[in-house]
Amino acid sequence: MRSNLGFFSDEKFRSIFFQTLVVGLFALGLLFVISTTSYNLEKRNIATGWSFLQNPAGFDISFSPFLEFKSTDTHLKVYFVGVLNTLLVSVTGCIAATILGFILGIIRLSSNWLLSRLVYVYVEFSRNVPLLLQIILWYSILIQLPRVKQSLQVLDVFYISNRGLYSPRPIFESGFSYVSIAIVLALISSFLINRWAKKRQDKTGQQFPVFSSTIGLIFIVPLILFFILGSPLSFEHPELKGFNFKGGLVIRPEFIAMFLALSIYTAAFISEIVRAGIMSVSKGQREASAAIGLKQTWIMRLIIIPQALRVIVPPLTSQYLNLTKNSSLGIAVGYADLVHGFGGISLNQTGQAIECMAIVMATYLSISLTISFFMNIYNRSIQFKEK
Amino acid sequence: MKKLLSIFAVVAFAFSAHAGTLDDVKNRGFLKCGVTTGLAGFAAPDDSGEWAGLDADMCRAVAVAVFGDRSKVEFITTTGKSRFPTLASGEVDMLARNTTWTISRDVNLGFEFVGVNFYDGQGFMVPSALGVSSATELDGATVCIQTGTTTELNLADFFRLNGISYEALPIETNDEGKENLFAGRCDVYTTDASGLSSTRAAASNPDKWKVLPEIISKEPLGPLVRHGDHQWGDVVRWSLNAMIIAEELGVTSENVDAQMSSNVPEVLRLLGVEGNYGEMLELSNDWAYQIIKQIGNYSESYEANVGPDTPLEIARGLNALWTQGGILYAPPFR
Repeated sequence: MRSNLGFFSDEKFRSIFFQTLVVGLFALGLLFVISTTSYNLEKRNIATGWSFLQNPAGFDISFSPFLEFKSTDTHLKVYFVGVLNTLLVSVTGCIAATILGFILGIIRLSSNWLLSRLVYVYVEFSRNVPLLLQIILWYSILIQLPRVKQSLQVLDVFYISNRGLYSPRPIFESGFSYVSIAIVLALISSFLINRWAKKRQDKTGQQFPVFSSTIGLIFIVPLILFFILGSPLSFEHPELKGFNFKGGLVIRPEFIAMFLALSIYTAAFISEIVRAGIMSVSKGQREASAAIGLKQTWIMRLIIIPQALRVIVPPLTSQYLNLTKNSSLGIAVGYADLVHGFGGISLNQTGQAIECMAIVMATYLSISLTISFFMNIYNRSIQFKEK
Repeated sequence: MKKLLSIFAVVAFAFSAHAGTLDDVKNRGFLKCGVTTGLAGFAAPDDSGEWAGLDADMCRAVAVAVFGDRSKVEFITTTGKSRFPTLASGEVDMLARNTTWTISRDVNLGFEFVGVNFYDGQGFMVPSALGVSSATELDGATVCIQTGTTTELNLADFFRLNGISYEALPIETNDEGKENLFAGRCDVYTTDASGLSSTRAAASNPDKWKVLPEIISKEPLGPLVRHGDHQWGDVVRWSLNAMIIAEELGVTSENVDAQMSSNVPEVLRLLGVEGNYGEMLELSNDWAYQIIKQIGNYSESYEANVGPDTPLEIARGLNALWTQGGILYAPPFR
C-alpha cells in the first residue's frame, strides 16, 4: 500500500497515467458514438456509402459563376459549386472587411470628435446585432429595389433591380493575351524595381521615383499596347428580353446581401483590433519619429503600422476564420454556398445526412486550417526580428 | 477487446431499442406530429391559435385513435428539409406534412408511407399582369422553388424536357416563396397546386395572381412513419382509412351515434359494435367511432379545410371517392 502510494505520488507517472486515461476515455466515447450510429442506421434501413456522389443531382443551381451547372450533373459537382461560392463570398468578404476595418480603426483614433464617435456607433451597432439579422436586413432591403422591368439605369450600361446588378461583360479577343502578358511582366518588373530602389536607398540614400515609374509600367505600357493591337476587347451588354436580362455580368442580391453583412459585421471587429494594435505602440515612438522630422503619413506607414501589425495579425486571423464560417449563414437568403447546396439540397434529396455533413465539416476544417497556415507564415514574417 | 465491444453493442442496443412507437406514445400521454411551418388548409394555426387543416386533422385522428381525445397531440413544425431527420431521429412519431410518396423516400430513407390523404400535382403561379397563359412560355423566367422537395426535381425535368431555360431562386419555406413572388424577385412560384391555391388565398388581392393550367407531376401526399414499426404504421394507416371508409358508408360526425344501430354490417364493424378490430390494433374498440365523432369523415375534413367553400376553393377532383369519379379508395374494413 505504502509503495503503491509512493508510485502514485511520482509526478511523471501521474502525468502519464492521467493523459492515458483521458485519451482512452476519448477513444471509448468515439467508438461508442460510431458503433451506436452504425447500429441505428442499419436498424432503420438507412442506406449508407459514398456512391450517391456520382448520381445526377436532378436540381438546378442558379448561382454558379465559375462552373457551368446543369441538373444532369452529379452531386459531386454540386459540392464543387458550393465550395467555390463559399470561397467567393469569404475571400471578397475578408478583403473588404480588412480594408474597411483598417480605415475605421484609424478613424476611431482620430482627434475629430464627430468622426470617431460615428465609428464608435457603427462598431457598437454592428457587432452587437446578430449577424443573421443583418443578413436578412440587407436582403430585405435589396429585394425592395425596383422590379426587373423598371430597373434603374446607371450610366447607360448598369441596370439595378431586385434581381441584381447587371453590368456589361468584357469579351477578350485574340490579341488581348499580349496585353495580359504585358501586365504580368510589368508587375514583375515593378517588384524588382522596388527591391532595387530600396537597396540603393539603403546604400546611397538616393531615392528613386518608384511609385510613378511602376504606375507607368503597369498602366501606361499595356494601354499603349492595347491601342496598337486595335483594342482587342469588346463588351456584351445586358438586354431585357422576356422575363429577365440576357447577357452581361450579374451580381445577385443574395450575394450582395451576404457580402455586405459579412464584411460590415467583421469590419467592426477588425477596426477594434486595429485600434488596439495602434494603441499598443508606445507614445514615445510617435514622438521620437516626429522629433526627427518625419511626415505624419510616414510615421503611420513606417513606424506605427509595422509595430502594430505584430499585435493585429493573430486576432485578425481568427476574424478571417469567423467570417469564413459565418458565410454558412447564406442559407438564410438562399445563397448557394456549400451548406445550402451540398449540405442542404443534396443532403435532402439523397437522405445521406451523415455523409454530407461529414464532407461539409471536413471542407470547412480544411479551409480554416489553410487560412491559419498562411496567416501564420505572414505573422512570422512581420514579427520583430532581433539581430 | 471483444468483451468491450460486446458491452458497447449492448449499451448501444439499450439506447436504441425502445418498445414500439405505439407504447411510447401511450406512455408519453400525447402524440408528437410533424407538420408544415404553416400552409393554410393543410396545417396552420387558425384565428384562435389552434392547428387546423387536412394534415392537422390527420394528426388529431391518430391522437383520437390512441387516446380518444383530439387534444392529445403536440404539433411540431418542420421545414421541407428538416422533416426527414426529425422523423428519423424519433423527434416526432409521424409526419403529416404534404409529403410526396416516392420510391427513394419509401425505400432508401427508411420511411413508410401509410397512405395518401391528398392527391396533388405540381403547378405554377404567376402575376396575372405578366400575361402568361402557359408554363411553356416561361423561357428565361426566375422561378421560386422550395429546396429539398420533389417539386425541385420536377421543375428541372420540365424545363429540360421543353428545352427552355430558367433561373431557380431557392427558398426554404412557403412564406419565403410568397414574399419573393410578391416582391417580384421571382416571376413564377412553383409548388403543389394545393399549396399555390393556399398561397393565392392568403394574398391581399387574389385576383392579381393566376395559377397556370399545367400540372407537371403527380404528387400523392400522405402521412409517413419510420420503417420497421409495423404496428404503429398500421395504427396511422387505418386511422386514415377509417375516415375514408366512413365517407364511403355515409357515416358523419353528425349521424355517427344513430349509425351505431345501423343494419349495415361494415358500419357496425367500423364503429366497433361488432368484431374486435380495435384490439387487433391494440386500441380501444371504439377508436374509429371516436375519430368520426371528434374529427369527422374524410369529406367533412376536406370540405372544412380545402374544399370549394374555403378560401382555397379546391374541387374534390382526384380526391373524390372512387365511386364518384376520383381515386380515393380504402381497403375493406373486415
